[in-house]
Amino acid sequence: MSIVLPSGSGESFTAGSPYTTPIRRPIEPVGRYFLAHASRTLRGHTWSEFEKLEAEKNVKQVEENEDEDLGDEEQSDELLAHDPREWKTADLYAVLGLSHLRFRATEDQIRRAHRKQVLKHHPDKKSASGGLDQDDFFKIIQKSLEVMLDSTKRQQYDSVDEGANVKPPAAKSEYDFFEAWGPVFESESRFSKKQPVPQLGGPELTKDEVDAFYSFWGKFDSWRTFEFKDEDVPDDTANRDHKRYIERKNIASRKKLKQEDNKRLIDLVERAHAEDPRIKNFKEAAKKEKAAKKWEKEAGSRKAAEEATAKKAAEEEAAKKAAVENASKKADSKKAKEAAKAAKKKQKRNVRGSVKDVDYFGDADKSAAIDADVDLLLEKFDDLQLADVSSKVVEADAATVKAAFSSIISDLVGAGKLEASYLKYFSA
Amino acid sequence: MSAVIGITFGNTSSSIAVASSEGKVDVIANPDGDRSIPSALSYVGEDEYHGVQAESQLVRNPKNTIINFRDFIGKQFDDVKVDDSYQVGAKAVKGSKGEVAYEITRNDKVEIISVDEVSIRHFKKMKLAAEDFIGKDIEGVVLTVPTDFNEHQRQELVKISNAAGLKVLQLINEPTAALLAHLSADDGERFLQDKIYVVADFGGIRSDAAVISVRGGILTILATAHEHGLGGDKFDGALAEFFAKEFEKKYKANPRSNARSLAKLKAESIVVKKTLSNVQTSTCSIESLAEGLDFHTTINRLRYELTARQPLSEMAGFVEKVVAKAGLDALDINEVLLVGGVSNTPKLASNIQFLFPESTTVVAPSLDPKAIDPSELVARGAALQAALIESFDEEEVDESLQPIVVNTQHIAKPIGIKDAEGNFQSILVAETAYPIKKSIEVTNGESSSVIIELYEGKRTVKETVIEPVKDEEDEEDDDYSDDEPEIVKELVYEAGDKLATLSLKDLKANSKLEVTVNITQNGVLHFSGRELKQGSVAVKGEVHPASA
Repeated sequence: MSIVLPSGSGESFTAGSPYTTPIRRPIEPVGRYFLAHASRTLRGHTWSEFEKLEAEKNVKQVEENEDEDLGDEEQSDELLAHDPREWKTADLYAVLGLSHLRFRATEDQIRRAHRKQVLKHHPDKKSASGGLDQDDFFKIIQKSLEVMLDSTKRQQYDSVDEGANVKPPAAKSEYDFFEAWGPVFESESRFSKKQPVPQLGGPELTKDEVDAFYSFWGKFDSWRTFEFKDEDVPDDTANRDHKRYIERKNIASRKKLKQEDNKRLIDLVERAHAEDPRIKNFKEAAKKEKAAKKWEKEAGSRKAAEEATAKKAAEEEAAKKAAVENASKKADSKKAKEAAKAAKKKQKRNVRGSVKDVDYFGDADKSAAIDADVDLLLEKFDDLQLADVSSKVVEADAATVKAAFSSIISDLVGAGKLEASYLKYFSA
Repeated sequence: MSAVIGITFGNTSSSIAVASSEGKVDVIANPDGDRSIPSALSYVGEDEYHGVQAESQLVRNPKNTIINFRDFIGKQFDDVKVDDSYQVGAKAVKGSKGEVAYEITRNDKVEIISVDEVSIRHFKKMKLAAEDFIGKDIEGVVLTVPTDFNEHQRQELVKISNAAGLKVLQLINEPTAALLAHLSADDGERFLQDKIYVVADFGGIRSDAAVISVRGGILTILATAHEHGLGGDKFDGALAEFFAKEFEKKYKANPRSNARSLAKLKAESIVVKKTLSNVQTSTCSIESLAEGLDFHTTINRLRYELTARQPLSEMAGFVEKVVAKAGLDALDINEVLLVGGVSNTPKLASNIQFLFPESTTVVAPSLDPKAIDPSELVARGAALQAALIESFDEEEVDESLQPIVVNTQHIAKPIGIKDAEGNFQSILVAETAYPIKKSIEVTNGESSSVIIELYEGKRTVKETVIEPVKDEEDEEDDDYSDDEPEIVKELVYEAGDKLATLSLKDLKANSKLEVTVNITQNGVLHFSGRELKQGSVAVKGEVHPASA
């Protein structure tokens, strides 16, 4: 019964006296409530914050607790009608309702699933609902528990549990390589003695990773055994020879099956390797790289050749240029020479004309002798003397011309270039 | 993979327990098959014996058998009193560093083994047993210590444990561990019941008791008491004395004059004591007790209880003492948890039940068949705590053990409200540690507006006299009846000081209301009331503690 409050009305809140002074005591640091207290105190959570966090935690726990419906799977009619004497051929995981877990089922899960199956299929329950002697399926349940809880027997069963195998894709069909092969390797990896087993992965794997994957699978060490497929060895001691014969046969068949299995796996890995688009990509990439390397390797000689041609071209260019220059130079000097010649001619003409201009110094009768002398002198002049004399004699009076001639004659005679006696007029 | 375990290391015996993550606890048996492993080591020549094997050496080889050494850890030889309880077994001597040590003779050579070394060897044996049982390495251990172990002794114990290869995750008090195991049974429902417990731990040579309040799952020790020399050995001694007398009467030979005879008597007395805890009669037979004479007799439980009357009443008195020490009355105690092997004795449980009113539950195997074995309680508690803190980092655990976290304010008086009849209804009981938040659901009855008055509770004892019921048939011999009017005492809290008043208006008849009291870490009490419907506005206010 809930507490009934007294009636009455008043202020919405009035404070009374303070409450008694609290006592400080150590609390015992044990139990989950203490941990909660500690986290509240240390993190300074208020109660409502703390409650929120706790509520979140609770939700997570519920999610984790997902296999509540363990073993609720329904068995097929075929399985229910399975002959208990042939229990080995039944799907023992499906018998326990664990066909979705199979080799992944933990011992605890197996026990819980078994309990559920027993509750459902116990012969007492069956006989209560009418039928008698309906313990066939129950026998199989018990057998499967026996197998599942013995680690050796379970391994033997897991070895031949077809339900857990994933078939590789049909060779000629079209399929996505990773989608089709990933589960195959995942299911095969349960047989590996070495764990963890590298998985197929996706197209983003590096070459090293892919190589590691194939080298692992190439050297796959499998614990798979085939005892489960043994023919039952007769228990009677009467026929010992027969018993031994069966035993020998079993050993041989195990060996054969194991060999076949190993071969199957090798084929599988080889096929996957051949189909793997990553391997193809890597090969192509390797090819490209090789080509690139070659290209790089030859880069030195190519450069030298390039340089040689460039040099050659430059040389040719230079030669051409030089030729043109020479030609132009030649042309220039020719022109200059011609100009000089023309200037000389002009100067010579000036010098010759000068004597005429001054009327042969008044000795017009001796003009032939003067002209002969001037011609002689002009022959003897070098370029400088010619220019000098010509500049002196142009537009000059007779005395200046005569002085210019006299000085140049004395210069020439002094230099030994001219014999004064050769002169007809100026020698006087 | 590795595991964490809980170990309780007692003077007389030690136990190891391991808890699974689901809270299932296994008490581990050592290779001899004992769940309660005697804390004993014995040396014969090159061999070292441990546990029961060592204990059985007490008869033939007492000089080289070390027992009852736990309490000497971390103590100086000059400081300890080696009294009667330490008379058996190897002689305690002063070690090289002034510590307590034991002198044993091996191959005609005298060896001095310090108490630390003895403890390390003991721990190593237990570690082996635990690892054999679990099949994994032991990663860490939660150890229990008596509440009177001082800081130095605690550190020494940690050192010893580490030296033996057991990393100590946490040290917890023995009574707390026992209570933790008790509270965790029953799916932890008991955690949320606010009760005051007396945890009485009767060991072999000492008894400890603690008054612990459980408030909102938080445990607080209110008082502790210790009594050295009081324990199961007293029962054994009393029984041995009884048998000795009987033997003397029968054969005129004194078995007490011979140490070996005494040891035999003692060993058999222990067996008889344990048998009598379960059945009404037991036989006692000892071959060649003294002077080559065999001894055979039977004893019933009543005789045993008479023989052991003195220690039994001492134990009851001891429990009374601790309640008084806590400043409480027997009425305040909600439950008494008996711990230790002696608690199996039915008379002890009934004696203690007699001390308390009927409303108090005494948890002992003889009164409650579902009770956990009292000798395993402490180890179980330690294992639970180990499993609990396993997932935490060392720093996190250390951080949680800081005084700022551990030392917490507790309200001195209950806080509650007054109902329509004027009775006090507590929301927070006394000794509740805060920060805390608690709500109760109430109703307004027929009235449209209510006042909620917050009070501090005042403790009163209500005495009800019940007249003996007269039987019609007994009427003729009424005169001989010695029935007295029975007085039943009951603890009732009345409203004391008024702390605050709230008022809620405009309510429909019989609507649901919620009253919340929330004390924050700084001591401010937030008091609020609201109608339990969507969109309702809470009326609230604050109350402050009286300054000290």
